[in-house]
Amino acid sequence: MSNSSVQRNRPQSPNIQIYRPQLTSVLSIANRISGVAVSFAALGLVAWLIAAAAGPRSYAAVQNTLSSAIGQVVLFAMTFAFFFHLCAGIRHLAWDAGYGFELRTIYASGWLVVVASVLLTVVTWVAALLMRA
Amino acid sequence: MATPPKTTRSSLGRAIWLGSAKEGVADWWRERITAVALIPLTLWFVAAIIAHSSSDHAAFVAWLKAPFATLMMVLLLIALFYHTALGLQVVIEDYVHSALKIPALVAMRLGCLTCATAGILATMRIAFTG
Repeated sequence: MSNSSVQRNRPQSPNIQIYRPQLTSVLSIANRISGVAVSFAALGLVAWLIAAAAGPRSYAAVQNTLSSAIGQVVLFAMTFAFFFHLCAGIRHLAWDAGYGFELRTIYASGWLVVVASVLLTVVTWVAALLMRA
Repeated sequence: MATPPKTTRSSLGRAIWLGSAKEGVADWWRERITAVALIPLTLWFVAAIIAHSSSDHAAFVAWLKAPFATLMMVLLLIALFYHTALGLQVVIEDYVHSALKIPALVAMRLGCLTCATAGILATMRIAFTG
């Protein structure tokens, strides 16, 4: 038996291509993805501050970009990514403190993260649109 | 019989602060500390954004010039980019296994440092001259 065939026959675990997604694993990778997304939002925050420091004209240009359809969709997605990362992060801090490891609690807190991040996103946008009106 | 200790560290290990981790937990701790700091800082920022969603430049500058807003923005930028650097470091270490790993880590760190500095300078400029 050659080396390559030995390597081929070795079982791989967990093989994520055939592993059934669970709330726990989906939220885990979503926390990482949302964190990367919020990194780009942080980049946008710096661009926004620089534009404001540069003067009214550049600030207006950034505001116009954010007000465009694409800008609003990106902002909405960033809002959700932020609130998701916030809620999932608080769940992680509870785990770090030693709480919430029972299977029941893990699923309950997982769904709580999903519901809370959706609600916070909607409430934020409704409040922002009411302030603008 | 004495209750078992809450740590796997031996008494001697604790006393002389030796063990498998040593300073390895420093980054883990800093990620948690910045995470805790970011809860009030980001919620303040979101509340401010909601209040200023229709503000023009003059109103925005007047808001950021207030000492409390300047302080919160600078603290937000420090905690945000520190936390971002620690988070992206783990992502790069997990997925980049080529010769690009070290350059990617260096570029990411320098990028976070540059962004934080640029954001703080812009905030200072608005606070002192805007």
